[in-house]
Amino acid sequence: MSVAVYIIVMAGVTYIIRMVPFTFFKKKIKSRFISSFLKYIPYAVLSAMTIPAIFYSTGNIATAAVGTLIAVVLAFFDLPLIVVALSASLAAFITGIFI
Amino acid sequence: MKSNFFRGISHGIPIALGYLSVSFGFGISAVRSGLSVFEASAISATNLTSAGQAAGIDIIAAGGTILEMILVQLTINIRYSLMALSLSQKLDKKFTTPHRLVASYGITDEIFAVCSAQPNMLVPSYMYGMIFIAAVGWILGTFLGASAGQILPESVSSAMGIVLYGMFLAIIIPPAKKQKSVLCAVTIAAALSLIFKYFLTFISSGFAVIICAVVASAVCALLFPVEETEEAEQ
Repeated sequence: MSVAVYIIVMAGVTYIIRMVPFTFFKKKIKSRFISSFLKYIPYAVLSAMTIPAIFYSTGNIATAAVGTLIAVVLAFFDLPLIVVALSASLAAFITGIFI
Repeated sequence: MKSNFFRGISHGIPIALGYLSVSFGFGISAVRSGLSVFEASAISATNLTSAGQAAGIDIIAAGGTILEMILVQLTINIRYSLMALSLSQKLDKKFTTPHRLVASYGITDEIFAVCSAQPNMLVPSYMYGMIFIAAVGWILGTFLGASAGQILPESVSSAMGIVLYGMFLAIIIPPAKKQKSVLCAVTIAAALSLIFKYFLTFISSGFAVIICAVVASAVCALLFPVEETEEAEQ
């Protein structure tokens, strides 16, 4: 089968998943439960995606753990996203030199 | 209009930098799976998603069926439906149907996270700025990885793997520190995610994320319903 067919199918399915709720849902949700639910969804999704995956993100649990620790501390003190993200990576890199 | 676009770009720069490193890795593995540099870049340009693309090139390499491709993409990417629904509640009146059709393309985990953390309603130009810079990073990284994957030393490219997760932590920790309800959602989701990873391993990671997020958010919505006044503000 041509690779182009696969790519079109992949792209089409992924687009439809995003587009349908985003485009066709125009009402303001009135239910207090559902609006509360949707408020918590972003944080819950990111938390589930990060833990425990972050500890496997560098291919070495020790370097990833140091990077995670640095990210948690800097995020706790409200540093900007880019500072937290790059410091975590730098910490993992430096740890990697020593082990 | 213009300033919103540039504000979107500036908020999108950390995303673009993270994408540059992640998609670099995707480019390397796509070429290893037998795809050309153009095909790898075309996948990134049309899909703009990490896990779905990684699974997609495995299916292409294995010569899988189209049905398999559809089911895998649905499973891994269905979380975007929840994100799109959540964002749909935060859209400014300027977000007419054509704008929604265009901006749908760019609902990724990271863009969703940054957009939902904004205090104001979202306008199209802001999202376009963010999507534009993020897509540039994602496609450029794929192209570079696919064409010159062996240049970077292993120690650098592996350390770059943590960039996006570091950004996720920077998004969830500050509100979790201030609001007990968010801390509750984050903690339950993380605990469930650990259970899926180490005990319920037969469930795919895409489904696991959905279940964790739905359960954690439903529990917190019952325990800490949003106040009426807070709703009016939003």
